[in-house]
Amino acid sequence: MTAVEDRGPDPAASILPAQDGRDLGLVFTVAVLSFLACIAVIAALAADRAAQGWARQLSDSATIQVRPLGGETGPEAAARAAEAVAGVKGVAEARAMDRKSAEALLEPWLGKGNIPADLPLPQLVTVDLTPDHPASVADLNRALAAAHVSAAVDDHSRWMADVRTSGNVVRLSAAIACLLIATAAGSVVAFATRQGLAARRDVVEVLHLCGAEDQFVARLFQMRFAALATRASAYGALAAAAVGAILRLTGGTDGFSPALPIAWTDLLACLAAPALGAVVAALSARSVAMAILREQV
Amino acid sequence: MRYGQAPEVLRDIDLRLTPGSFHFLTGASGAGKSSLLKLIYIAAKPSGGHLRIFDHDILTTPRTELPFLRRRIGVVFQEFHLLDHLTAFDNVALPLRIVGQKLEQYQSDVIELLDWVGLGERLWAYPPTLSGGEKQRLSIARAVVTKPDILLADEPTGNVDHAMALRILRLLVELNRMGTTVVIASHDQDLVARSGMPVLHLEHGRLSTQPAAAPRQFPDDFDTFPQTGIL
Ligand SMILES: Nc1ncnc2c1ncn2[C@@H]1O[C@H](COP(=O)(O)OP(=O)(O)O)[C@@H](O)[C@H]1O
Ligand SMILES: [Mg+2]
Repeated sequence: MTAVEDRGPDPAASILPAQDGRDLGLVFTVAVLSFLACIAVIAALAADRAAQGWARQLSDSATIQVRPLGGETGPEAAARAAEAVAGVKGVAEARAMDRKSAEALLEPWLGKGNIPADLPLPQLVTVDLTPDHPASVADLNRALAAAHVSAAVDDHSRWMADVRTSGNVVRLSAAIACLLIATAAGSVVAFATRQGLAARRDVVEVLHLCGAEDQFVARLFQMRFAALATRASAYGALAAAAVGAILRLTGGTDGFSPALPIAWTDLLACLAAPALGAVVAALSARSVAMAILREQV
Repeated sequence: MRYGQAPEVLRDIDLRLTPGSFHFLTGASGAGKSSLLKLIYIAAKPSGGHLRIFDHDILTTPRTELPFLRRRIGVVFQEFHLLDHLTAFDNVALPLRIVGQKLEQYQSDVIELLDWVGLGERLWAYPPTLSGGEKQRLSIARAVVTKPDILLADEPTGNVDHAMALRILRLLVELNRMGTTVVIASHDQDLVARSGMPVLHLEHGRLSTQPAAAPRQFPDDFDTFPQTGIL
């Protein structure tokens, strides 16, 4: 052993030949899938936060619509109702809504200045409930009846159910999207593995004849595609995190933020993408490789 | 045996290899030499009859156990089947990596073996840069690195000049002396005759046996080939 050329033993010398450039398409595809999955998760987290915010606002308050009895003006009846419920246990504050506030609520629909002065507006009392032990609808009704006020109490439970349902729908949609994306990633890796085995039939044959078990050969493909998927998923996750950061920074109070309040912590979800991508790719490559190898002599 | 639906290329083969024996396998091109070797190194299965290798009936042995039988058989392929993207060193190391050896375990063995076949200076060369004789010897090194019980060589002298053919033959005889059962497929009648070794002859898919002929007629220095301690 004399003149050693420019290199020595390489314990990591890849038994499979190095990338052929063919892998570029796979990297791109997996990166895009990872990007989409991350965006779906970020959006779901933000939507969930929004839904929880609405739900909290709704559960902490109730609205009473007062029907003035004979001889009483609307504002007078509302004031009496507010007074009646203010003393109820579990009520933090009750305010009769004045005409200006009521008009403000209508403005988005009718336009500023388009509300006729004599338009009969419902007499509303907004009730803030104590968050820990909120007064029930029955409590409020009892107090109103005792004060001889005719009124309907709305504790927003109908809206709450809607908010909760839409929150669940968003969560479920994101989960389904992620599952589909993982399946798609698994499929492209499966396809690439099948191609790789066909393209490297010569190498696989040599390995078999040298006494390699199927697991040994499958592991080569598994490792290769897991490494590729880790890298590609990281690219996609990075891009998704960048998009999330831009939304977070530019959202502002008038932008997306009220509808989609992204938090910086939501972006941490992207950290999971490379590991998940690796697992999906490894499982897919392994099962396909094992299935194909089992067919051989 | 047969390939797909084609007619049988080998039939009525009755062969038993005694451990430690040395045979030439002769026959015209297309006679089925490679096919018979393929059966023995378990790259093909017989379409009928029985094939027992190391006391395992190949037709009933589970697929998962075949790699362990193959590890006891070294093969020098007619087309080498070297991996072009690996150095000579890594090609020879491959069977050892397959059985899970680490670099520290196989490094010195591989280098010593490559030295023995005369490739000590081409350790880090890639197969495409090697000559026919060098590839042949590299291929032999890979076949014997696991100290197999049987060595099968398919036309190992087919691509080299006469001097190199003798040199390669010496390596194989040397291995046989160390206890390896050797079968060499060859259509080089001259070389086979000069060796005086027992011959298995294939013709029309049938095998006939010729016992060892005259005493060896190798050149004088043949027996002085250096011994090696690693095999
Ligand atoms: N992979 C194969 N598929 C189909 N036929 C084959 C295959 N390999 C060899 N044969 C046929 O089997 C016969 C024997 O071939 P082979 O064993 O290579 O002979 P030899 O090594 O003695 O030249 C030939 O007729 C050849 O055409
Ligand atoms: Mg042949």
